[in-house]
Amino acid sequence: MTDWPILSTVTFLPLVGAAFIFMIRGDEQTIARNARHVGLWTSVVTFALSLLVVARFDTSTADFQFVENVAWIPEYSIGYHLGVDGISVFFLVLTTFLVPICLFSSWTSVTTRVREYVIAFLIMETLMVGVFCALDFIMFYIFFEGMLLPMFLIIGVWGGRGRVYAAFKFFLYTLVGSVLFLLAILFMYLEVGTTDIPTLLEYTFAPELQTWLWLALFASFAVKVPMWPFHTWLPDAHVEAPTAGSVILAGILLKMGGYGFLRFSLPMLPDASVFFMPFIFSLSVIAIIYTSLVALMQEDMKKLIAYSSVAHMGIVTIGIFTFTAQGIEGGIIQMLSHGIVSAALFLCVGVVYDRIHSREIASYGGLVRRMPVYAVVFMVFTLAAVGLPGTSGFVGEFLVMVGIFQVNTWVAVLALTGIILGAAYMLWLYRRVIFGELTKENLKSITDLNWREIAVFAPLIGLALFMGIYPTPFLEVLHVSVAQLMDQPAFAKLGEGGVSVASVIPDLPFTSALK
Amino acid sequence: MLLYIAPVFLPLIGAAIAGLFGRLIGARASQVVSCLAMGIAAILAVIVFDRVAIGGEVQQVYLFQWISSGGFEVDWAFRYDALTAVMVFVVSIVSFLIHVYSIGYMAHDPHIPRFFAYLSLFTFFMLALITADNLLQLYFGWEGVGLLSYLLIGFWYKRPAANSADIKAYVVNRVGDFGFGLGILAIFLTVGSISYDAVFSAAPDLAGRSFEFLGGQFDILNVVCILLFVGAMGKSAQFLLHTWLPDAMEGPTPVSALIHAATMVTAGVFMVARMSPLFEYAPVALAVVTVIGAITAIFAALIAITQTDIKRVIAYSTMSQLGYMFFACGVSAYSAAIFHLATHAFFKALLFMGAGAVIHAMSDEQDMRRMGGLWKLIPVTYGLMWVGSLALAGIPFFSGFFSKDIILESAFAAHTGLGQFAFWAGIAAAALTALYSWRLIILTFHGKSRADEQVLAHVHEAPPVMTIPNVLLAIGAIGAGYLLLPLVAADGAFWGDAIFVLPGHEALEAAHHVDFWVKALPTIVAVLGIGAAYLAYMAWPALPGAIAARLRPLYLLSLNKGYVDELYDFVFVRPAMYLGRGLWKQGDGAVIDGVGPDGLAAAALVLARRAVRLQSGYLYHYAFAMLIGLAAIVTWYLLART
Repeated sequence: MTDWPILSTVTFLPLVGAAFIFMIRGDEQTIARNARHVGLWTSVVTFALSLLVVARFDTSTADFQFVENVAWIPEYSIGYHLGVDGISVFFLVLTTFLVPICLFSSWTSVTTRVREYVIAFLIMETLMVGVFCALDFIMFYIFFEGMLLPMFLIIGVWGGRGRVYAAFKFFLYTLVGSVLFLLAILFMYLEVGTTDIPTLLEYTFAPELQTWLWLALFASFAVKVPMWPFHTWLPDAHVEAPTAGSVILAGILLKMGGYGFLRFSLPMLPDASVFFMPFIFSLSVIAIIYTSLVALMQEDMKKLIAYSSVAHMGIVTIGIFTFTAQGIEGGIIQMLSHGIVSAALFLCVGVVYDRIHSREIASYGGLVRRMPVYAVVFMVFTLAAVGLPGTSGFVGEFLVMVGIFQVNTWVAVLALTGIILGAAYMLWLYRRVIFGELTKENLKSITDLNWREIAVFAPLIGLALFMGIYPTPFLEVLHVSVAQLMDQPAFAKLGEGGVSVASVIPDLPFTSALK
Repeated sequence: MLLYIAPVFLPLIGAAIAGLFGRLIGARASQVVSCLAMGIAAILAVIVFDRVAIGGEVQQVYLFQWISSGGFEVDWAFRYDALTAVMVFVVSIVSFLIHVYSIGYMAHDPHIPRFFAYLSLFTFFMLALITADNLLQLYFGWEGVGLLSYLLIGFWYKRPAANSADIKAYVVNRVGDFGFGLGILAIFLTVGSISYDAVFSAAPDLAGRSFEFLGGQFDILNVVCILLFVGAMGKSAQFLLHTWLPDAMEGPTPVSALIHAATMVTAGVFMVARMSPLFEYAPVALAVVTVIGAITAIFAALIAITQTDIKRVIAYSTMSQLGYMFFACGVSAYSAAIFHLATHAFFKALLFMGAGAVIHAMSDEQDMRRMGGLWKLIPVTYGLMWVGSLALAGIPFFSGFFSKDIILESAFAAHTGLGQFAFWAGIAAAALTALYSWRLIILTFHGKSRADEQVLAHVHEAPPVMTIPNVLLAIGAIGAGYLLLPLVAADGAFWGDAIFVLPGHEALEAAHHVDFWVKALPTIVAVLGIGAAYLAYMAWPALPGAIAARLRPLYLLSLNKGYVDELYDFVFVRPAMYLGRGLWKQGDGAVIDGVGPDGLAAAALVLARRAVRLQSGYLYHYAFAMLIGLAAIVTWYLLART
């Protein structure tokens, strides 16, 4: 099916662009201008190529497509192996979609070390795309861990005042998880004799072994998601990161954890996944309620959105571990939706931050007077974040709820309390920033969105609404791959009502009246 | 097919044009476009009513697939049956009249295009809710009207009170939606589908069966219906989830008329009627509906008699009337509930817009304590308020008389304990309704004026663009009772399959055969209520104060709306904030970071400092350390040997 290595092209094209930028000579302004243009066009072309992948994607098979497989280090049977399936293909496109938006949105706001900035983003893009394409564990690990470096630099160099603390916290957290992840990979290699992911997907690990491997993978993915209580790096990283850094962080990096669970934990370690289901549910429910309450009290816009991300990702992990079609597909849609919506919310914060240089909620108010277009844009994404039907946020959230309700009603009820709190903190944020009397002196001359900012937001709005009203094209791609993912004897047992946390909770006296 | 799609989408088109291009085409063009779209939709609604409700032609229109995932299939689709047709008829006509009225009411507002875009968009969501063919699309409309309610309450975004009220409205509604959402999930779990046809045909089989929910075994349909009803309680402001409605009066008055009287708040009643095939098999749920409805009817009426804000009185009156509709549903008289819903839409919109005309005349004054003596100055509004109040009180030959009586008779004829409770609560509320309605009329229009000179000098009748819609609504408030009387015919033939009543639940049928005193009692108490209002507020104006002083705790309870807001603030809002701050500072800050990254970093620093101290550079330090090490190794070696 593949005449030319399209996935390699998509993966490494940004790197080629970065190399070009590296070679630009001239005075500082020339370098900055050319770097921006080359970066933007490289990422736009990459995006166009990735759309070709989707257009030629065959939705009727669960096999990996566009496969490229070359022996890399044959002595250790490590291969250069790329390919995508229904689960990974949209993450690939989400990545290539967000990078040009990032570069375009920081067109004027980043003025120092522009060349290095653009290069960092392009390298980042290669690594992120690589993560979603890699079908060899060693390659996956290299991409997965490699991402830390440019992100560390983006936060540490172009970040806010507390950037060093935030960058190190981010780095340490993710590194601790990575070490265990590497151990797990080595162990699998010693056990099976290959790092080829499709081969490992076929292999059945002994149940005791699964538990240990699962925990090692969990350490890495839980930090990335992030799940409670491994989430505290996220608010700091977001607050200090430049706007585009937050967009990548929220849009793509947080999806790596969920993707890891789907790609490795569930299919390779199904028995352990079932065993740890109540554990994941507990952490996720705590995450949803805990971080929603914390979000309610935030005074910093970015921190608020960061905490809400943790709550939203809690819904994702619940969905993945329901082992139902609706739950898993809902989890994936929720991840894609969150990638669009939270990215857009961070861009919304960036718009006013560029003008006033404050993230404090209290330094705003009454913006609708001067910025009516901005108010509408912010409103759309606020509503998508609270999961209003007709927006992308609703489809994922509701499908997850459909999935979890079949498995455990307690978890469903507790997770749904998040929709109440979510509405409260998001609307309260909106009210304090947008509504009210415009009294602050420095806001009286603030300007509305310019055409560049509108161009950044327009595709995001379109996508958020399209996914909400007509998600079928997205779901169709998922169906076959998700069905194959669920085709595990360990999951089939669940359907017969084997495991349920609900049975742990005693009969409450007042509930007997309804029987 | 276009005939059935157009009434729903015309308001959306109007809203899009006014909202997106409002600044381009100007205020006047925005008004014209949205009113025109709404007007055509209203005309089409009449044609639809004729074809579907009178002609008996049931329609289902499929648009396209919405969500499909592992057996969970939902489409965008419309369903037109008698129930839909009645609702579309009422909603689009009332909405059109309110659109026209708003031209006058909002004439001096700087944000006219935005206002009309909101109104039309609201109507779109309301129509989508009514015409849905599955529960998820119902939910779509349900959340959509909630959103627009939020936007419209907060329309005057500079007022802090409006901003608090809109968040409150949205969040309280979300509490209801929490139940509603769980109900939909439970239906999918037990039926395997959420399209109406599948759910309704599965209902008889589900009756009496139980499923595992929250760790216990419960009757499926009772749980499902109670959960759905929690949603209805939120949307229709029933007791416990009612606190948002009075605050919602911060919005412009046409909004109060459209959303908080005629359409959105009745969505809960509509939903219960729509789900009658489920509720009929859920006796516990029906009992809950009856009790909550009856409590709301009397509770809201008791609060209304002490309120001083003209719009709040009408808001509590709305809440009380919604209570009537619910207990009618609770005794299986769904068609009586929908009948009252329809008549109420006309006379309550009339009352709100009449109050709007008063507020307009009084230069935005809403406190009745600063009104009085207005009847000579604005006689048309005065007359219209009389019509609305007569209809509300259920005085013979006005529309409310027909609909309220049939509800009370049905409650009586249900011959159940709860039915009797609802009947007497309804009778008491009827007396109070008349009392607070005429208290409102007397305080506003009679006696000596309590307004200042400046305001009085400006008092003027509303322009025709406001009075004509009101006159049309007044005609509806009188005529709707006659026109829609077939809705509650004893044989239920009007409804076809749209409303389902289980054999043995024919309270409505029995209502036509109750004793004469039951039929007469509501009218008698209403007349007594009017008389009491005359005595207390016109004949002896000192009387209310004396009663209030004598019954001070009760008076304060009523004046402060039962202290429900204060209670919720104490039980929910404050603890949530306290917890949020605590979890943030202590949980994240002290515990997780303290033990995790910061703790590790600090520990590493401490260790490093100690290590640094070891490297002192003095030879004797190193020699001493070596000596100790040597001794330790030798000791260990010796111990290990033995």
